[in-house]
Amino acid sequence: MTPVRRACFGVASRVARPPAFRSSTRRTGAGVAGGNVSAVRIVVCVKHVPDIQSERALGPDGRVVRDGGDGTLNELDENALEAALALVESLGEGSVVALTVGPDDAADAVRKGLQMGADEAVHVVDDAIAGSDAIGTARVLAAAVQHLAAQEPVDLVVTGMAGLDGLTSLLPTALATLLDLPALPLGAELTVDAAARTVRVRRNLDHATEVLEAPLPAVVSVTDQANEPRYPNFKGIIAARKKPIATLTLADLGLDASDVGAAGARTQVVSAAARPAREDRVLVTDDGEAGVKLARYLVEHKLV
Amino acid sequence: MTGTTAPVLVLLDHTPEGALRSPVREIATLAASLAGGAGVHGVWPADTEPSADVLAELGTLGVTQVHRVVADADLHLSAVLAESLGSLVAATGAGLVLLVSSFENKEAAARLAVATGAGVVTDADGLAVEDGRYVASKTVFAGTWNTRCAVTAPLAVVTVKANSVVVDASATGGAPAVVEHAVTASEGARRVTLVERTERPTSGRPDLGSAHVVVVGGRGTEGDFSPVEELADVLGGAVGATRVATDEGWIGHDAQIGQTGVTVSPRLYIGAGVSGAVHHRGGMQASGTIVAINSDADAPIFEIADFGVVGDLFTVLPQAAAELRRLKSEG
Repeated sequence: MTPVRRACFGVASRVARPPAFRSSTRRTGAGVAGGNVSAVRIVVCVKHVPDIQSERALGPDGRVVRDGGDGTLNELDENALEAALALVESLGEGSVVALTVGPDDAADAVRKGLQMGADEAVHVVDDAIAGSDAIGTARVLAAAVQHLAAQEPVDLVVTGMAGLDGLTSLLPTALATLLDLPALPLGAELTVDAAARTVRVRRNLDHATEVLEAPLPAVVSVTDQANEPRYPNFKGIIAARKKPIATLTLADLGLDASDVGAAGARTQVVSAAARPAREDRVLVTDDGEAGVKLARYLVEHKLV
Repeated sequence: MTGTTAPVLVLLDHTPEGALRSPVREIATLAASLAGGAGVHGVWPADTEPSADVLAELGTLGVTQVHRVVADADLHLSAVLAESLGSLVAATGAGLVLLVSSFENKEAAARLAVATGAGVVTDADGLAVEDGRYVASKTVFAGTWNTRCAVTAPLAVVTVKANSVVVDASATGGAPAVVEHAVTASEGARRVTLVERTERPTSGRPDLGSAHVVVVGGRGTEGDFSPVEELADVLGGAVGATRVATDEGWIGHDAQIGQTGVTVSPRLYIGAGVSGAVHHRGGMQASGTIVAINSDADAPIFEIADFGVVGDLFTVLPQAAAELRRLKSEG
């Protein structure tokens, strides 16, 4: 039922891993003529979301209203772009592809990626994608990553920790599962050992800190603690104008419209309403007794 | 496999010492209210044994059976946990899997949904059965919108936010039986190595993510959290912080409340010296009662505060703590 052609990735055996992704063992074998051990190709998945400083709304269909014109690159995806760009810079060689899925406006998200320094931009746009839930979006991204990997092997897929619209955090792990790649989500620190072809993240969870490691290729997400995203400079903005944004449709990816969008969604928003404003609000200016008033307010409202 | 005719699986998060994480009581209560006679199956990742006390308590919450999962790989790996849950869904015919909302559990939920074709809703604050479908309620856009989301697939996977359900521990079915469930992790799940896992030491205060009362310090504390801690301790609450306060190193990053940190929805939120930037509001706006103390009358947090004080937190907080102590001693 999954539209992702798993055969592209083979099964679990690393030796059997097909050419779409550089395998972990390839470098330790007979060597690859002309191959650069440290070159990596990184795909960064980015999302165009309503600006969180704006009035955000859901339409009657339960979908995010995206025509406000004040959409922007999901802030947390800037950390993903920064992580990928910094990684390529530290390894000395490699390339970064910014990938997005969404309506026409979403091109702005990958354009921002180009301005920050990404080498390529890819935009999957198709009317049938509208209404996708997080898993449906992951399905489209997975097919797009496979499409890119078929052209040139992909070593790493990087995402932000969450979209600031839905905040489900499901995407990175769902994407890794669909691609049958290891997932290392929520990296507050990200390191790649190019010689060993492994990736490692340190992550802070609710009750523990963990260090996870996996062989490349892999999917990682990074948090806003991972780095300080660069601002596009003038040169980057000019350079981005000359770089094309490739567009792909579902047909290009071999996906069926019924597997994505509202048709393929397994959840459906049945109602959405702005939360009523809080009532009976009290604002006092301290006259020397505000602490006492606060204590009494808490007691009167049975909050202690 | 829809509605109330199928059993409900509940993941029993616990500390390394084997104590239930408190929001588990909420999802067990929710499961019991939805499962009808079909039963509530608890899933106990078996790094420790469930004690007799824990089993007795699970019985009062309506849990009818406990599956002690013994896996041949680390159950802290979300892929291993997801495969364990998947095999239990198959074994029990469950129509709903409930998990406490946490980063790890959302990862397991994502995997489980992809593997089983389930519909997944994260950070729900309520769940009901309507027309044979599970319908979850949740707030979005930093707590400014309420939505209801139906699961249209035969299996629902729902993560539930802490402080969403009133715990009911009145079930009389007795302690659930424990059955062992062996899981063999796939090669794929083993590709990730857990190099290191360090449990954070407990502070003696309630857990931030599930506390009923949270007192938060921001930039206005200028690094001195003592009045924040004092008020939190009088109220039996947890201590949280803004991004500025954690970035300054005034308090650990695990105390950061916001869209990218801990999301809280306590009965009572008190923000001291907190401006109420949108990133912070996203992590606390669904709180029951919001109290704000800030010397800047224009601070955006006052727009959402039920009780706001324009004043100096270093005088207001200690005075409130002293008055609360006095009222307490009067009984």
